Amino acid sequence: MSDAPVKVIKGGVIVDPEEGEKEGLCVVIEGGRVTGLVPPEEAPAGEGVEVIDAEGLHVLPGLVDLHVHLRDPGYEWKEDIQSGTAAAAAGGFTSVVCMANTDPVNDDPETTRYIVERAREVGKAKVYPVAAITKGLKGEELTNMGELLEAGAVAFSDDGKPVASALILSRAMEYSLMFGAPLILHEEEITLSKGGCLNEGKMSTRLGLPGIPASSEICAVARDIALAEYTGAKVHIAHVSTAGAVEIIKRARERGVAVTAETAPHYLTLTEEATEGFNTRAKMNPPLRTERDREALLQALAEGVIDCVATDHAPHEDLVKECEFDVAAFGIIGLQTALPLTLRALESAGKGVKELVKVMSYNPSKVIGIKGGKIEKGGPADITLVDLSREWVFTEDVNLSKSRNSPFLGWTLKGKVVLTMVDGKVTYREESRVR
Amino acid sequence: MSDFLSRKDILGLRDFTRQEIELVLDTAASMEDILQREIKKVPSLRGKTVVNLFFEPSTRTRTSFEIAGKRLSADVVNFSAAVSSVKKGETLLDTARNIEAMKPDVLVVRHSSSGAPHFLARHLSVPVVNAGDGRHEHPSQGLLDLYTIRKVKGRIEGLNVLILGDILHSRVARSDIYGLTTMGAKVTICGPSPLIPREYQALGVEATWDINEALRGKDVVIVLRIQLERMESSFFPSIREYVRYFGLNRERMKLAKEDAIVMHPGPVNRGWELADDLADSDVSVILQQVEAGVAVRMAILYLLAHVREEVES
Amino acid sequence: MGSKEKVIMDGKSIDRALSRIAHEILERNKGADDLIIIGICTGGIPLARIIVDKIKKIEGVEVPSGYIDITLYRDDLSRIGYHPKLKKTEIPGSIDDKTIVLVDDVLYTGRTIRAAMDALIDFGRPKAIQLAILVDRGHRELPIRADFVGRNVPTSRSEVVDVKVEGEVKEWKVVIREREENE
Repeated sequence: MSDAPVKVIKGGVIVDPEEGEKEGLCVVIEGGRVTGLVPPEEAPAGEGVEVIDAEGLHVLPGLVDLHVHLRDPGYEWKEDIQSGTAAAAAGGFTSVVCMANTDPVNDDPETTRYIVERAREVGKAKVYPVAAITKGLKGEELTNMGELLEAGAVAFSDDGKPVASALILSRAMEYSLMFGAPLILHEEEITLSKGGCLNEGKMSTRLGLPGIPASSEICAVARDIALAEYTGAKVHIAHVSTAGAVEIIKRARERGVAVTAETAPHYLTLTEEATEGFNTRAKMNPPLRTERDREALLQALAEGVIDCVATDHAPHEDLVKECEFDVAAFGIIGLQTALPLTLRALESAGKGVKELVKVMSYNPSKVIGIKGGKIEKGGPADITLVDLSREWVFTEDVNLSKSRNSPFLGWTLKGKVVLTMVDGKVTYREESRVR
Repeated sequence: MSDFLSRKDILGLRDFTRQEIELVLDTAASMEDILQREIKKVPSLRGKTVVNLFFEPSTRTRTSFEIAGKRLSADVVNFSAAVSSVKKGETLLDTARNIEAMKPDVLVVRHSSSGAPHFLARHLSVPVVNAGDGRHEHPSQGLLDLYTIRKVKGRIEGLNVLILGDILHSRVARSDIYGLTTMGAKVTICGPSPLIPREYQALGVEATWDINEALRGKDVVIVLRIQLERMESSFFPSIREYVRYFGLNRERMKLAKEDAIVMHPGPVNRGWELADDLADSDVSVILQQVEAGVAVRMAILYLLAHVREEVES
Repeated sequence: MGSKEKVIMDGKSIDRALSRIAHEILERNKGADDLIIIGICTGGIPLARIIVDKIKKIEGVEVPSGYIDITLYRDDLSRIGYHPKLKKTEIPGSIDDKTIVLVDDVLYTGRTIRAAMDALIDFGRPKAIQLAILVDRGHRELPIRADFVGRNVPTSRSEVVDVKVEGEVKEWKVVIREREENE
């Protein structure tokens, strides 16, 4: 595989978040940037030009995942920056935003810099660290937000836990105003969710397991949106799972509150029924909810009330996942299954690849203020080539994560990434398909 | 009717067919005859080993399984284990694999985590009997309740059964509900509103918070034990108020059918969920339940103990 | 099926054999005192009933009778790979110091009789146990012998002896046939 100075992606359908599908144009890449979208006859050729044949493929702006647990530093047996970004690249992602619940917690510039530098060395995707809102994720003292941003952080989050104190969160919001960086909020009222391990509902009743009520998320979202509205801070609601939260977010946006929101492919695909038989691979926090919630999320996504899809890729080893349901760790991996699952969800709502680019690339880029989400002259050559009609099976053989905690293992998925490039450099290539 | 269970494990009554339940009950009836004899022992499981693997203290269920095994001439070994955290110490699977390496023929498992026996059953080839998992199921208790009802009432189909108390946290309630509804009984649940699951319809029952309404026309009343820790976590305010609204006594029992019976999985908190005099009255079949427990567990062990050879051959 | 079936005893000869057995039982035990007739489930039960009737006709007394299920005493539960459905056992009163006549239809390996004796002994201490059999087909695997035999029939192990007891005794028959596959 050569990395020629000039690359031309030829024959594919370019997908733009605003204009939709564009045919008959080649993408010209030079020096890591897109230098033009031109008809084939105007594309450079000859010595030093690598032509990538994208006939039958769609050419997408590289996908951006706002919610990934790379587990590095501290839990490298679950995942590390190398394996996590390799899985990201195979899933079509060119940028990933990694959460702060590492060990040590990413609450000081040292750790932030480690992540940034390590990603530069071994990463197959751009890695944007999220720093903690509070030191040690303890919910007590604010981190040095300014220094963390200078070190490379792009947002703040105590993800994995909510910021329990309204006062501390309110202070964090006020403080963040100076920098304009968003707070990514894990919404959970822990006095309601404590001890719970799946949605409180039909399945918790049948399986006799303590549930996490929808009200846990709804209360937290309501509180935090009130705080955001009051302080004027920019907030992003992580992994929305309930119809009730959607409703609150919708009304807030109508009032002009600076709130964005993401859901995850699994909430668009599965319901609590997936926990049948004590299936720990369907255990995550927030939990899979009801069909009514799933439909509300889908509609919210189609309407733009939820503007992003993020994976909440949460790798765990068998030891903590293949065990009793109530003690099993929360979370599933999702980088390699996100695109086909989201596409499937969007198509079921009458939408398509244009909206996919919006919710998985364009909007997420805007949330953290990075360039991307659109293939345009002068923009970074972060590009994903996808065969939208190809069916493939997600197996342990194709899984590049160090962990295998996915409820989608064995699923036949439609839409296969065949090539991913970051700044013009190929980070993933399905050898059999692209010449 | 099928003469054998076509399953390796007995984990819960939710997926039991009517035929399977009847097979267990009929087999238990033959076992009960043995318990009436002077020599209460048959050689059926000679050379077989039953391991009681209990991660939660339980004298009654463990003893009942132990006696059941011994009546069938099996060697019964009790293994009490602590629930270990995943982070340190032996995992559940390690413990179970260790036990399995000692070649038991049936593993009887009690665990505080719902689904723990299911997890073991998936990973082990030895038949697993769930002797109570968390707040999920307690199938042998469910079967002995069905057995007792059938014996006393002559039938199960068409009976109106009330289950009274903490449904939310009760594994007995779940197994009873699944078994009774499969056998064609109509089940109503009643208890303090926070202890009635919001999605009770998922269990195929009716629910009410009014004990008087609940008792009317019932053939069978199954009273569940009050767990003090539920009061401590505010599921209801006090024993006094619980007894006032949900305690079963002679006066209230008059609302049920004249020949209605009272059941309780034990141990009874006398004067709390069940009035003292009612517990000892002739409408109470609590001791018959205990007796049925041994016969039903003999049936379970008998029906499962030979599965191993089948699976292997 | 049917085509290779050979009738070796018809209703008449069965009736005759049972009459003779009833006489022999009385003769051997010098009457019907302290006798209990126990049929082995399920084939021995109707034969035991007939023997009891015949004794009544001869002696004018109703001998106590019952039946015994030997399933839980079988030594081949692990080998047959399924769980035979349990049947009822009914023993009339105490068997202590009584003479028990076990009745079964066919005597083959002797294992059923061994199990029946074990089962009986769990109920008490009889004075003696005797065995009445309609057809003895040989191939014993245990040192067991019948006291009263309806007919000795040489068979091969590949054959099956069926005693068919539908309807009245005169319609009963004993047939011999080849064992079918999977049987």
